[in-house]
Amino acid sequence: MLTPICSSNLFSTETLLPATARVHHVTQNGGLYKKPFNEAFEETPMLVAVLTYVGYGVLTLFGYLRDFLRHWRIEKCHHATERKEQQDFVSLYQDFENFYTRNLYMRIRDNWNRPICSVPGARVDIMERQSHDYNWSFKYTGNIIKGVINMGSYNYLGFARNTGSCQEAAAKVLEEYGVGVCSTRQEIGNLDKHEELEKLVASFLGVEAAMAYGMGFATNSMNIPALVGKGCLILSDELNHASLVLGARLSGATIRIFKHNNMQSLEKLLKDAIVYGQPRTRRPWKKILILVEGIYSMEGSIVRLPEVIALKKKYKAYLYLDEAHSIGALGPTGRGVVDYFGLDPEDVDVMMGTFTKSFGASGGYIGGKKELIDYLRTHSHSAVYATSLSPPVVEQIVTSMKCIMGQDGTTLGKECIQQLAENTRYFRRRLKEMGFIIYGNEDSPVVPLMLYMPAKIGAFGREMLKRNIGVVVVGFPATPIIESRARFCLSAAHTKEILDTALKEIDEVGDLLQLKYSRHRLVPLLDRPFDETTYEETED
Amino acid sequence: MYLPCPVVQNIKVSCTSWKCALEDVAWIISAPAYHLILEGILILWIIRLLFSKTYKLQERSDLTVKEKEELIEEWQPEPLVPPVSGDHPALNYNVVSGPPSHNIVVNGKKCVNFASFNFLGLLDDPRVKAAALVSLRKYGVGTCGPRGFYGTFDVHLDLEDRLAKFMQTEEAIIYSYGFATIASAIPAYSKRGDIVFVDRAACFAIQKGLQASRSDIQLFKHNDMADLERLLKEQEIEDQKNPRKARVTRRFIVVEGLYMNTGTICPLPELVKLKYKYKARIFLEESLSFGVLGEHGRGVTEHFGISIDDIDLISANMENSLASIGGFCCGRSFVIDHQRLSGQGYCFSASLPPLLAAAAIEALNIMEENPGIFSVLREKCKRIHKALQGISGLKVVGESFSPAFHLQLQESTGSREDDVKLLQEIVNHCMDRSIALTQARYLEKEEKCLPPPSIRVVVTVEQTDEELERAARTIKEVAQAVLL
Repeated sequence: MLTPICSSNLFSTETLLPATARVHHVTQNGGLYKKPFNEAFEETPMLVAVLTYVGYGVLTLFGYLRDFLRHWRIEKCHHATERKEQQDFVSLYQDFENFYTRNLYMRIRDNWNRPICSVPGARVDIMERQSHDYNWSFKYTGNIIKGVINMGSYNYLGFARNTGSCQEAAAKVLEEYGVGVCSTRQEIGNLDKHEELEKLVASFLGVEAAMAYGMGFATNSMNIPALVGKGCLILSDELNHASLVLGARLSGATIRIFKHNNMQSLEKLLKDAIVYGQPRTRRPWKKILILVEGIYSMEGSIVRLPEVIALKKKYKAYLYLDEAHSIGALGPTGRGVVDYFGLDPEDVDVMMGTFTKSFGASGGYIGGKKELIDYLRTHSHSAVYATSLSPPVVEQIVTSMKCIMGQDGTTLGKECIQQLAENTRYFRRRLKEMGFIIYGNEDSPVVPLMLYMPAKIGAFGREMLKRNIGVVVVGFPATPIIESRARFCLSAAHTKEILDTALKEIDEVGDLLQLKYSRHRLVPLLDRPFDETTYEETED
Repeated sequence: MYLPCPVVQNIKVSCTSWKCALEDVAWIISAPAYHLILEGILILWIIRLLFSKTYKLQERSDLTVKEKEELIEEWQPEPLVPPVSGDHPALNYNVVSGPPSHNIVVNGKKCVNFASFNFLGLLDDPRVKAAALVSLRKYGVGTCGPRGFYGTFDVHLDLEDRLAKFMQTEEAIIYSYGFATIASAIPAYSKRGDIVFVDRAACFAIQKGLQASRSDIQLFKHNDMADLERLLKEQEIEDQKNPRKARVTRRFIVVEGLYMNTGTICPLPELVKLKYKYKARIFLEESLSFGVLGEHGRGVTEHFGISIDDIDLISANMENSLASIGGFCCGRSFVIDHQRLSGQGYCFSASLPPLLAAAAIEALNIMEENPGIFSVLREKCKRIHKALQGISGLKVVGESFSPAFHLQLQESTGSREDDVKLLQEIVNHCMDRSIALTQARYLEKEEKCLPPPSIRVVVTVEQTDEELERAARTIKEVAQAVLL
């Protein structure tokens, strides 16, 4: 039985968790947290886990059977084959590599890559597709499913719009500047618009300087190698995004992984790294870089930033914070996870983020001290070899950022931020009341709803679309094999009516598919077993 | 000495099995004493071992807690980034006010643009802008999601269709960033244990793709087919030594159509011959040659008259001739479809903003309606190439029909830094005289085979003959003044 640890028992009416399950970290860690940090990941019920494994087992058996039938030409083979002239070349793909794709993914493939033909706002128009050969190929019927409630697009502040001041400003810049740039930042692709954007981003984040790039993914994969190299150590969270993992690998530094959001694991790695130095030679590490994300998009958890910063200061490491999902979506003024915890942006050495999610544009940025940005201007791969941002996209970012900051003279930004926070709390509370297992932090607008069984992944996606709601379902390999989930992305553009409609339908589908697994037995994150076995070391 | 066991000896046994068992027991207990004592000691020892505490075999070290704390106190990391001197040549960017079109304003000076890769002049084409505007009014700017999660728009599907039809292949896939296209495509197919033969002059994006793939990289001399054949033959000999491994090792040859770093063309017919002889697949990077070479602008395959099915994968970026943003790969469905689940830059990144895709479609329309534009471009290239021959101190590097070529110093001063300074002086003087040029930029420490410093000259269809003559004359005069 867990009892509240904090001294001031603030049982606010918004948090509905029973008193016995709530864990407040306010007085832990010397009062680093200024407000309750409520994050919970309910344990998988044993029966559900067993049935999920059985489900995958059955699918695997059938997969082998179908492969056998296809091999002996009893069943028609739908997938493309190698050219006749190249049949004697070494085969391009390993048969087993695609086993999962052929036999599991193909069956429920219609839940992904759904083409849309309108602005990805709160409601979206989806093009109807049909398949007559069990998802091997799709045909467009020509129908458009209009007004589908969009719970899948990353539109946290509702800036994905085709009307309004952002769009008009972008249209004006498009007329003047055109669409392309045709050169790199260091050659002749540095427009005055880019300089304006970078100044604005720096003032938005509260840092000395910032630099903007054309693609969020590439911001990570091209700048981490510029910051660290051989002889450096990277401590990366277990569930980091593919772009961070790729950037870390390309840098050539040693990578060690700590358990997700687990501060004891991180501290142990830091201690061991400094005390024992590099493996075999025992030389001291040149620098240590901690890679974390603001909001983890598959778990819905928020990084424990106060503790990470405390550790970083104690052990003199550097912190790289990827705020792809949290910028604009968290914090009373929308400045991200640093603002959410009320911390100083100067404590984070490298603040990275993307413009795709909350600003309705595309691209990424890095903010930090002037020395850092000067170094990136001269040494970043993107500045030398990749094309700069397109001007209308830059204008969209500038206008939306000014709106969030309140510099355009309206209170639209503030209203959107508040609306998002309200939507988040309301939606999460209602889903938990219904009995679903919801992962993540209470304040995170990314809401994962656990499905577990492979058949339910497909069923949930299809049933929701029948009821005119578009959701995102994810399974292996993006998540651990038995923890497939549906992930809802809330938006400030969702009104209460839209949320209520969605909740009603989710309730119905939940009863239909028996998804209400929750027994209200919550495992607070700190108590997750931390075994003494040490880190995994990956060295190229 | 036998220990008598009267109890056993006196038991009366009725059935034979009991008698046998008891006989066995009697035999054991009637064993010698020392034997029994030894066995007893061994059994006790085993019991002790079973119940004793296990100890870790890897005793890390004997450091005390205090020593560890001291080490932690003492350790000083390097600064996050080394300081950059104020006069680093790449620190202060040229600022372009307004659109980087034919007449460009750089650092406040009005110039004619000889530096942007706007080969077909589509950057400020009104039709392209209008198409992008229509798309902006319909979809807004961003797509708010990757292709898998409601980020696929009908515009993307349209563009992929059009590109596949234009290049006469089965399928095409688009990426939202030019650099990420080839850098994601290569690691999707080539993994650890595979072998890639790549030209020394390959661009940085290819190098990063190869690094991410963790394959075995073999560099061959630039455009030297004899060297490539030598490497392939050596590999064949290795294969014969280990045929089992050879059966699962994939081989790839990665080349560019027109090389960005040298402006030269790859000898594609010989490459195709080598492909079939040594069973290696060809990946062709056509960023510079797409929309430039060939009768219809289809690139180097059309230029040489080679069937496009002979090339396994063609990758190009849409940031040069198409004057948009992003990149695409095209080829047979068998090859391209794999990237939809394994291309990192495709699966884990937001999709291309629809207005950029619409601009690319309109640019393709213009290219299809105006096939004469490509020969016009080639003519202009040949013209300026000829006009720039014979400049004292500078040599022209690149094919005569390549729209982006280099001017390198004929004799280096000995240090790269001084060369760069000299070339920058030439560039600055040219800019003062309204010709916008730029130096080709590289990351000196990261490139595998660093090209020598050079000035990049780019030809576009919008440049008039008179402007081409003036540019050649200006460069000649400035070079003479600076280098002599």
